[in-house]
Amino acid sequence: MTIDWSQFTPWSSLAGGILIGISVSVLLLWNGRIAGISGVVGGILSRNRNELAERIAFIAGLIIAPGLVWMILERPTVQIDSGIPAIILAGLLVGLGSRLGSGCTSGHGVCGLARLSVRSLVATLTFMAAGFITVYVLRHLLGV
Amino acid sequence: MRILIALCSGLIFGFGLILSGMSNPVKVLGFLDLAGQWDPSLAFVMVGAIATAIVPFQWVMRRQRTLLATTPQLPTSTQIDKRLLIGSLIFGTGWGVAGFCPGPALVAAGAGMPLAILFVVAMLAGMGLFNLIDKRFMNA
Repeated sequence: MTIDWSQFTPWSSLAGGILIGISVSVLLLWNGRIAGISGVVGGILSRNRNELAERIAFIAGLIIAPGLVWMILERPTVQIDSGIPAIILAGLLVGLGSRLGSGCTSGHGVCGLARLSVRSLVATLTFMAAGFITVYVLRHLLGV
Repeated sequence: MRILIALCSGLIFGFGLILSGMSNPVKVLGFLDLAGQWDPSLAFVMVGAIATAIVPFQWVMRRQRTLLATTPQLPTSTQIDKRLLIGSLIFGTGWGVAGFCPGPALVAAGAGMPLAILFVVAMLAGMGLFNLIDKRFMNA
């Protein structure tokens, strides 16, 4: 392992993390809901239509955030290296897996760990390990 | 009021993802690539988010009351079962393929990136697939 110092952004990443912590805290403090993205989106898709307006408002916030940043500051950096088949496969896996496992990086990784939930800790370690292994296999064994 | 709170929370979440670099898949893959040129930045995102949220979360959990005087809806399951493990494995694999998890994908789609929009469509299809499987096999 070598650390890529040229890409290392500890302060902006920490500050961004703090904003995410504030966001999930605001939703819990006032609305009493867990800000798990896969759960919020999944709830819109399923027949369980309670709090539909709230769910849509939360997702709308996520979607308009980059436009506001672009208008006020600069265009957000989004670099996508994957081809179309990889994107489709990845999207299907992320959608299916996050619903089956009842959460993703936000629901288990942030909110679950802030709740000190062992179940979320196990989920987080599992999906992080799967992510590390997948990148290892794709980049270093298959050379994709 | 609740809708406005949800909108603000989503906005702040989106700003956080952009500022932290999480909304950039190349950076996420740089974090997941332990054996290559490793970029540890995203560990700082997790630390910052959890350290900030832990006190408000523990407070609401103890009080069982929100600031709007309603009862919070917290996950009750503590079970570590096959669903949790298999689901997390599938999710992590997909995360490693493209570097997108649900939140950053929505932000990148909002930035107008066509591949991110495609990812979101595929992700919604994956969630739809879950609803089908769930209805058919699990709650039968």
